[in-house]
Amino acid sequence: MYSNLSNFSEDINTSFIVIFSVISFFLIAITVTIILFVIKYREKKNPVPTPIEGSVILEIIWTVIPLGLVIGMFYYGWMAWIPTVSDAPEDAIEVKTTARMWSWLFEYENGKKTDTLYVPEGKPVELQMTSPDVLHSLYIPAYRIKRDIIPGRVTNIWFEPRKTGSYDLFCAEYCGLQHAFMITEVKVLTQEEFDEWYIDTTAVVKAAATPGAEGLQILRMNGCIACHSLDGSKLVGPSYKGIWGHEVEVEKGGQKQTLLVDAEYIRNSIYNPDEEIVVGYSKGLMRSYQGELTDEDIDKIIVYLESLSDKKE
Amino acid sequence: MDNSNLPNYLEYKGKYKGIFAWIFSTDHKRIGLLYLYSIMAFFLVAALLGLLMKFELIAPGKTIMEAKAYNAVFTLHGIAMIFLVVVPGIPAILGNFFLPIMIGAKDVFYPRLNLLSWWLYVIGAVIAVSSQFMGSGSPDTGWTFYAPYSFKTQSNVLPALVGAFVLGFSSILTGLNFIVTMHRMRAPGMKWMKMPLFPWTLYGTAWIQLLATPVVGITLLMVIAEKALSIGFFDPALGGDPVLYQHLFWIYSHPAVYIMILPAMGVISEVLPTFAKKKIFGYNAIVLSTMLIAFVGYFVWGHHMFTAGMSETSLFAFSFLTFIVAIPSAIKIFNWLATLYKGSIMLRTPMYWAISFLFVFMIGGLTGMVLGALSTNVHLHDTAFVVAHFHFIVFGGVGFAFFAGIHYWFPKIYGKMYEESWANTGWIMFFMGFLTLYFPMFLLGIKGMPRRYYDYVPEFHFTNIISSFGAFIMIAGLVVILINLFRSAKRGEKAPASPWGGKSLEWTISSPPTLENFEEIPEIK
Repeated sequence: MYSNLSNFSEDINTSFIVIFSVISFFLIAITVTIILFVIKYREKKNPVPTPIEGSVILEIIWTVIPLGLVIGMFYYGWMAWIPTVSDAPEDAIEVKTTARMWSWLFEYENGKKTDTLYVPEGKPVELQMTSPDVLHSLYIPAYRIKRDIIPGRVTNIWFEPRKTGSYDLFCAEYCGLQHAFMITEVKVLTQEEFDEWYIDTTAVVKAAATPGAEGLQILRMNGCIACHSLDGSKLVGPSYKGIWGHEVEVEKGGQKQTLLVDAEYIRNSIYNPDEEIVVGYSKGLMRSYQGELTDEDIDKIIVYLESLSDKKE
Repeated sequence: MDNSNLPNYLEYKGKYKGIFAWIFSTDHKRIGLLYLYSIMAFFLVAALLGLLMKFELIAPGKTIMEAKAYNAVFTLHGIAMIFLVVVPGIPAILGNFFLPIMIGAKDVFYPRLNLLSWWLYVIGAVIAVSSQFMGSGSPDTGWTFYAPYSFKTQSNVLPALVGAFVLGFSSILTGLNFIVTMHRMRAPGMKWMKMPLFPWTLYGTAWIQLLATPVVGITLLMVIAEKALSIGFFDPALGGDPVLYQHLFWIYSHPAVYIMILPAMGVISEVLPTFAKKKIFGYNAIVLSTMLIAFVGYFVWGHHMFTAGMSETSLFAFSFLTFIVAIPSAIKIFNWLATLYKGSIMLRTPMYWAISFLFVFMIGGLTGMVLGALSTNVHLHDTAFVVAHFHFIVFGGVGFAFFAGIHYWFPKIYGKMYEESWANTGWIMFFMGFLTLYFPMFLLGIKGMPRRYYDYVPEFHFTNIISSFGAFIMIAGLVVILINLFRSAKRGEKAPASPWGGKSLEWTISSPPTLENFEEIPEIK
């Protein structure tokens, strides 16, 4: 199914084949024996049982043979695993990976940030992974690799893609409400395509032609739209659509009050998300972006929010 | 030993009347039935939740519920199935009822402690279930309560933890009670190596309950302290270590798997010889393997955490020991198989369950090899493959053994026979539905579908449809089985003392047994 897609996948596939062969053999052999015994020794055909209480030789045989086989299976599993936890080669492309509720962010050495992992074919890539909130786990089924991401630590995983194409990248460790939507893709490009993509930092500038495009870019990069929709649908947090300049009912210090969605409110919601909670939503799900988003970023976001509303400043 | 002229334990009139004659009874048989009814109630609720999950997963996107509801449903399904159904399951129901009888005793050693254990079970269960109805919404952490999400979520986790803590004591006290009972109350002449195999497996189980359960109790207390007093054990935001939580959790929860499966193996070791009209093959080997499983089972918890970043040396050791713990289970399989050899096999309902147990338990155990090996585990960890694997063990293994046991001992418990044709119809529907439900999940896992996913990418769709379809058949089979048993308990034909020709002590006394089981303690030759 997934043949030779990464440097590890061949060896791991071999251990799959070895182990599945051994267990299928036992499953089939024992099941067939059970069925034969049930047919051959059924009450009608064999009314008088032959008493046999045990056999030391048989006990030894069916202890020693399975013991040898399980040690063999252990060995195959272990050998194919060792390279996956070895240090990445010196020339590996390093990508800083942030897993957060509920999106991915990949940051390259030249500062380029994406929510999809772009990698060149045939070159080792090392992901240095951190989480600002809860446990996550990076899982690329096609490459047969997975590694937990633990808040407060940096964990590493590396691989070398062998074929161009798009492959699923999932979060495998349950991380709350939108866990099933914390998915993205690995896009493997040829070296030339990758180089072209890598040096092209104009994407943002081009998009800036429409008002608020930069703000949208910031929202995307920081994973905001995993919880706040752009089309009015209700996710974990309120939608961005049509809130700017409108009144909103919030809970503040245990009391309900009505506020106007203005620049001050937006800024406070980003820096102190638990202070003013829109009625109908829960506290504690969003972390503060103080130190991550600058005032300038927030101004750009506001320009974008204006474009989603009928009220203008 | 004919004692059928005395009132049986169901008719017996004691100090209390009506329902109080049950909930204040210290008779091990009545307590066994109290557990049967309470555990069955939770089992049905949790099974229904499982069915809702399968409805949701029949198509990608929203089918019948939102992600928030789905997360709460799989959390409650797990908590109820593990802590309320499968862990207490066979020991509390069949163990309470048959352990004293099978060793020739009139009751357990501490009958009042036994009643207290049931009350603790009910109190713990009520606290755990109350988390659904009070406070800030149903818990959505999964039954594992992994830190730091369990600290971050605003849902109502605390009552579920307190409930699990109380349930732990129920389990510890039952274990203690059984150990003392077996040490002190075996009938004269019943040496250890003459004790039937079901009591033997309860003995191994009881030691795990006694020694491993306190670990989860302490862990839950630490979580409660951390949530209530902000002491940083596990939450990195407070300087704690989330991986420490996983270690503590699995130091209990892996041996807990053996709390579940050992008594199931004990039931099978009673049913197979009876219906093959032979003695069990390799009694000594089965006893030894039981105790080995109970012992080695303590040292393999790390295989739940292969991707969490432990050192390579510890992973080497955990993977190796995981393969070693497979050997005693393999020994049991071969001995069961040899028991059928040259037997005279009666194909009756309990035997159908026992033989299908062998099949599903083998699939569960053998797929455990794929998960025990490091390289293959990393691909399959936290996918549907793991879900399929442990359902084959704890639902296939424990569930099938429980149904084998309940159909085996039903005539003894109620003094009535059930309709065998209906029982067999229910079995075949359940068995086929079970395979159709869980087998596709192995394929989903190999293809890479993570577990606890409310939604999935389109390539997983077809396999999910098959799996959901299997769930519908299985639940239909379950309904047939339960209706048949309920009707038969009321209106079935009168059962003889020994309907299957069983050789152990419970078949020498009347069906149903009298209050004291034995008017005279039997002597074992």
